Amino acid sequence: MTVISTTPDTATLTMTIVAELAAPPNRAWQVWVDPRQLERWWGPPTWPATFEQHDVVVGGRSSYYMTGPDGEKSHGWWHFLVIDEPHSLEFEDGFADEAGVPDPSMPTIRARVELQETADGTRMTVTSRFATLEQMEQLVTMGMAEGMTLAMGQIDQILAAA
Amino acid sequence: MDQIFAALADATRRDIVTRVLRDEASVSALARHYDMSFAAVQKHIAVLERAHLVTKRRRGREQLVSGDVTTIRAAARLLGQYEEIWRGRIGRIEEILTQPPGGEAS
Repeated sequence: MTVISTTPDTATLTMTIVAELAAPPNRAWQVWVDPRQLERWWGPPTWPATFEQHDVVVGGRSSYYMTGPDGEKSHGWWHFLVIDEPHSLEFEDGFADEAGVPDPSMPTIRARVELQETADGTRMTVTSRFATLEQMEQLVTMGMAEGMTLAMGQIDQILAAA
Repeated sequence: MDQIFAALADATRRDIVTRVLRDEASVSALARHYDMSFAAVQKHIAVLERAHLVTKRRRGREQLVSGDVTTIRAAARLLGQYEEIWRGRIGRIEEILTQPPGGEAS
C-alpha cells in the first residue's frame, strides 16, 4: 500500500492524501502531464477518462470526459494555476456540460500536487480544497451516482495489500 | 444532511463546533470569542442545534453547549468517501509507475 496518510479536515474543507511512489519525481510528473498516462488512472475502471485537451501551461485548460458502463458521459475541465516541473502543480477541477463548457452550478475543487524526492522515489501530496461543505457533499453524492467510488472488490484488494 | 452542510457553511459556526467538540462551553463564554452581539452568537448556536451538530443543556443560569459527535462524524464520512476515490487513483498510478518504460498500453 503506497498511501501513507490521508487527512480529511471538515474545518478547512480540505482533504490531504500523501503517498509514496516508487519512481523519481520526473517520472511521477509524467502521470499528470501526459494525457495518455493520466487517463489510465484519473477515472475508475468502470468510468475511464478521456482527455481531449490537456494544455499544461499556467492558464491552460484541460477538457475530459469519463465514460460510464452504459456509454453515458460525464464531462469535466481543469484550469492550471501553478506549474513548477517536476515539483508542484495546482489546478481547478470542475464539471462541464456535454459541449465541454464549464458548469458554474457544479462544484469546483482546487487541487495542489506536490512531488518531493525521497530516497526510494517520490512523496506525492495531493491537497483538495472545496469552496463549501455543501459543494463537497454535492461532489461526493454525484461521484457515488456516477460510480466514481471504488467497487468493494477494489477496496478489499487495496486493504489486503496494505 | 442538507441542514448539516448549510450549518457548517458558515465560518463562525464551524469555529463554534470546533470549540465545543473540545470542551463544553457556555453561550456567554462562546460569545466573547466573536466580534458580534450575544444575540447573533445565540442565533448561530440555534442553527447548529437544529442541524443536530451541537446540544444545549442548562446549568443554573448558564446554557452549556457541546458538540454532537455522531453528526460531525457523518460529515467527516463524506470526506472519507472522497478519500476512497483518491486511494483508487493512487493505486492505479502505482501500477503505471511500476511498468517498464515503453510497456504502456496504448
